Amino acid sequence: MQYKKRYDGRGHDETRPIIAKAGVLQNADGSAYFKIGETIAYAAVYGPREMYPRRLADPKRGVLRVNYNMMPFSGPGERNRPGPNRRAKEISMVSEKALLPAVDLEKYPNCVIDVFIELPQTDAGSRCAGICAASIALADAGITMQDMVPAIAVGYVGDTPVVDLSYDEEQPEGMEAVDVPVALIPSTGEITLLQMDGIVDAEQLNTLLEKAKDACAVIAQKQREALQEKYLGDADEE
Amino acid sequence: MSELLIQEREIVVPGQILAKGMEYLPSHGTYRKDEQIIASRVGVAIIDGKVIRSIPLAGKYLPKRNDIIIGKVIDILSMGWRVEFNSPYSGLIPIKDGTFEFIPRGADLSRYFDIGDYFVGRITNVSGQNLVDVSVKGQGLYKLRDGRTIKVNTNKVPRIIGKKGSMVSMIKRATGCKITVGQNGLVWLLGEPAMEFIAVQAIRKIEEESHIPGLTDRVKEFLEEKTGQPIPEHHSQNDDDEEEQPEGEQ
Repeated sequence: MQYKKRYDGRGHDETRPIIAKAGVLQNADGSAYFKIGETIAYAAVYGPREMYPRRLADPKRGVLRVNYNMMPFSGPGERNRPGPNRRAKEISMVSEKALLPAVDLEKYPNCVIDVFIELPQTDAGSRCAGICAASIALADAGITMQDMVPAIAVGYVGDTPVVDLSYDEEQPEGMEAVDVPVALIPSTGEITLLQMDGIVDAEQLNTLLEKAKDACAVIAQKQREALQEKYLGDADEE
Repeated sequence: MSELLIQEREIVVPGQILAKGMEYLPSHGTYRKDEQIIASRVGVAIIDGKVIRSIPLAGKYLPKRNDIIIGKVIDILSMGWRVEFNSPYSGLIPIKDGTFEFIPRGADLSRYFDIGDYFVGRITNVSGQNLVDVSVKGQGLYKLRDGRTIKVNTNKVPRIIGKKGSMVSMIKRATGCKITVGQNGLVWLLGEPAMEFIAVQAIRKIEEESHIPGLTDRVKEFLEEKTGQPIPEHHSQNDDDEEEQPEGEQ
């Protein structure tokens, strides 16, 4: 079935409205706020700091540790039990692997960089929002990075490829949906997160990845603007 | 043809393309990807002829050789003292660099530095694994007694010191406090309690407002208002033993 007009009326290649801010938390070494549609992610970065327990430290390079947490009443569905669960652990792991190739950890042997992603409100695309927030927060913490890591979900609703699926679009009435979260490093084009829910063929997947690439370029720009806004003025000399 | 996409002293962020073409060279905080120079951390771009680098605006203090730091003894070992200094890495003061005094074999090292003691030291060596050696032997290096230490943003330390120490010496003159600023973002102060408080306020003000032009004048005004008297032009008696630190740029 054809999905012609989107539930919220935006174009097929259009993301939901994005608000990105850097440096929103006082006590973290770096922090960020990322809102896309109704999904809100906060990321706090602590470190580089000494790794405890010591046996987890790597003497060759620093370690990146990401924790993803969805708050109990954040989603549109049932209250989810607080604390880590199978899903949160999986997303923590994939977020970590999505950010890792962009971060230069060689300078921090035996240290750890902790990233905490909190989602007070979610409406699909939470892992992508989390990764977007985390990469702003990492840059805000002064960590050397190849590039920002933007992330976006692309997919099919019925036969129509769309960018940035909302919660309703993930379960459309009378249609099949495919949800493909993608994270990438814009400067190299390296894809660092690729998961899939649903069935597509190779050609369709390529269509989706092209769309993701375009959307990610836009998001990366927003991330950089958020950082520039925070540090604006710091450049002026006396 | 090479093309420069940024201006001198512009804020750059990771992934931002700074220049195109092979004529420009990457330095600290930037890297080359094919024909482009890309920023790899948040900083202020500096263009040195053909070389593009960035001065970091954020991040923890990473130990650098010859930095003057303020640190705290956290453990006593057989070969010296383990110290921390507001950084992910701890350092070591070897026995021979601890004091000018003669330390006999088997002496109780806590007689010289006890756990919890603060000091002004110089980083003598940083190894590839970030093992840090610190010395408290030398001009302007000493154990700190009394006073207080406050933590400031490491990246604002050059602003607190000012050009050739102008800012910190102004605070010293105005408040009569002894002040030592460590490159690691710890500041030690000693003076009259009321004056100490004003000095801390002034330092916080510098930290918060360092990006607004006319900082020196505003801090001067602030100090004069708080102390209720004009700042003496010449150095007071407290000003002789502190070392002037160079502006800490990487």
